[in-house]
Order: sequence, then C-alpha cells, then structure tokens
Amino acid sequence: MGTLHTINKSPFERNSFATCLAHASAGDVILMIEDGVVGARKGSSFAPALAAKLASCAIYALGPDLAARGMKPEDVLEGVKLVDYAGFVDLTTEKARVCAWL
Amino acid sequence: MSTMTAYEINGLVAEHDEEGYLKDIGQWTPELAELIAKSEQIDMTPDHWEVVNFLREYYEEYQIAPAVRILVKEMTKKFGKEKGDQKALYALFPYGPAKQACKIAGLPKPTGCV
Amino acid sequence: MSDENRKKFLYINRKAPYGTIYALESLEVVLIGAAFEQDVSLAFIDDGVYQLMANQDTAAVGMKNFSKTYRALGDYEVRKLYVEKESLAERGLTAENLMPIVYEDEDDDYAEKPSLIFVDRAEMAALIRSQDVILSF
Repeated sequence: MGTLHTINKSPFERNSFATCLAHASAGDVILMIEDGVVGARKGSSFAPALAAKLASCAIYALGPDLAARGMKPEDVLEGVKLVDYAGFVDLTTEKARVCAWL
Repeated sequence: MSTMTAYEINGLVAEHDEEGYLKDIGQWTPELAELIAKSEQIDMTPDHWEVVNFLREYYEEYQIAPAVRILVKEMTKKFGKEKGDQKALYALFPYGPAKQACKIAGLPKPTGCV
Repeated sequence: MSDENRKKFLYINRKAPYGTIYALESLEVVLIGAAFEQDVSLAFIDDGVYQLMANQDTAAVGMKNFSKTYRALGDYEVRKLYVEKESLAERGLTAENLMPIVYEDEDDDYAEKPSLIFVDRAEMAALIRSQDVILSF
C-alpha cells in the first residue's frame, strides 16, 4: 500500500522535487523518471535531502533515463535503487495510488 | 467565400465559428439572438428568453456555461420546479438546452458538452 | 451513484494561472469530471495558490479571467478546496489575499459555507494518502 510518487523534472529546474519529498509519507515509494533522474546523482547539492528521505521511503530511478543522460549505476546516490520499465509498472501496481509531481 | 461565417443584422457583422457560436460575446444583442434562434428553427418565446437570460447571467458571474444538470438545478432554485425541468428545457431547445440556448445567448460552446 | 462506486479524486494544482495552460486545463477537467459524481477534492500547493488570488484582472493581458469559475464549483458538488498554509507563507501571502469561495448547503436551508480549507503540509500529505486517484496539474 502507500503512494508511488513520480518526479519527472530536474530539481535544478523546478521545485517539484522538494515538494515531492515534503509530501511523501513514510512507507511511500519515490521514483525519479525523465529529467527527474538528474536528482539521483551522487554528490549533487540535492543528494543530502534525498539521502535523508531514504530513512522513511524507498527511492528508485529509472535506468533507461539515467543511461540516456550519460549516467552509470555507480553515479547514483547510495541506497537509490534502479528499475527498468517493467519495474516501473510493478511499482505502479504495488502501490494504492500514483502521485505525479510535474 | 460561399459559406456563411458571420451573422449580419442591422449593419452589424458578427463572426461565428463553423457551428454557429459567436466569436465575440461582446457583439451579442437581443436582435442577434432572434436571428441565431431562427437559424436554429426556434421562435423565441418568453420561456426561451428566460433560459437565455439565465445563461447570460450565469456566464457573467462565473465565466462558464453551466452543464445541463446544473442549469436544471439552478433554474429550479430560481423559477421553480416547472421551469427547472430537463424535459421542459428540451421542449424549448430540442437539440439540447446547453448547445442551442448557449448559442442563442452568444456564449461559447459549453465545456464538455456532448 | 452508489457509495461503493464513489471514489476519492484529488486534483493537485501547483502552477500559477495564465503563464501556462495547466490551471485552466485542471479546472476544465474538474468541471467535466464532476458529471461522474465522485468524491472530489482540490489541492492548491506551491504556485497553485495563485489560482485563488482575489482581484485577478486579465483585461490588459487579453485572456479570460477564469478565476470567477472557481466560485461555480460549489454548484458542481466540488466543495473541498485545500490550500497549503506553507505555500502561502513562502510566497508572502495570507488567506486574506485569496477570494472567498462558498457553496450552498442544500441540507442546511442553502446556508453559504466556505469551500476553502487551509491545511499545513503534514495534513496535505495525509490528504494525499487518503485518496483513490490523484490527478496532477
């Protein structure tokens, strides 16, 4: 149960990322897709906020979108899990609702 | 061009879209309403005017044309059960009160109107 | 509609009006969706709170002032408009900057009641948790 939150915008472009983190409840899942994967990068100024959220939420990034932007799995913040499109679908069906942060 | 793209009355040229809805609500006059009604095969009676005037007031206040069920509800509140009746409204505007009455009232096509 | 088929729908609005089409699109979907008689709530977060500003005057920008349409939502049984307090505060706004929006309660002799509900971020998160369907704009 719980909510699957998706973020498709870079935290450097909009506040969607911060707003998502502020509204995700314990036990929810956060998935970064499209430009949202920019926020998954290790060493970015958003990494600490993301790392803090890992204590209460599972956080994923969509592998194909990382690859498309030249990022490798080892570039991603520790604790953030990678999924492919099938994994995206699984997360959608596992959670009670999907909340997209545009 | 051979197709009519504007209503013309008393020297006024009021453009409309391909379905007959006025492009500029500001050009509406009661005379123009009579003309639009005629093109819809409707002879305007006081009952027709009650609906058309109600729609214009609603649009002025909320910037939308109400959905039919809202029109029924609000007409009931204002004029009583007899007027706020879907059948009665369709008797006045056979092709749909939202569609035809809005057109005559000079309003844009209602959102989500089917 | 029977209660078991009634779902909780939340429309999340996070954009200011006029600069993009999101706010108007959301409002149109809410109005069309109202025909399905679901349990509808609207949330106004981030710049979305600007959709509810009082005294909007679009004459000079040449666009339709659709802020008036929010006041029709009560007729469409859309009567829960949640506004996030933190989003207001961050933008230097207070509840007094927003337009009053009321609905008529048929079960209470058509008494006018406020549709705007001011909640904090934690309450907004709880609202999201309680929904069946969330639509984002």
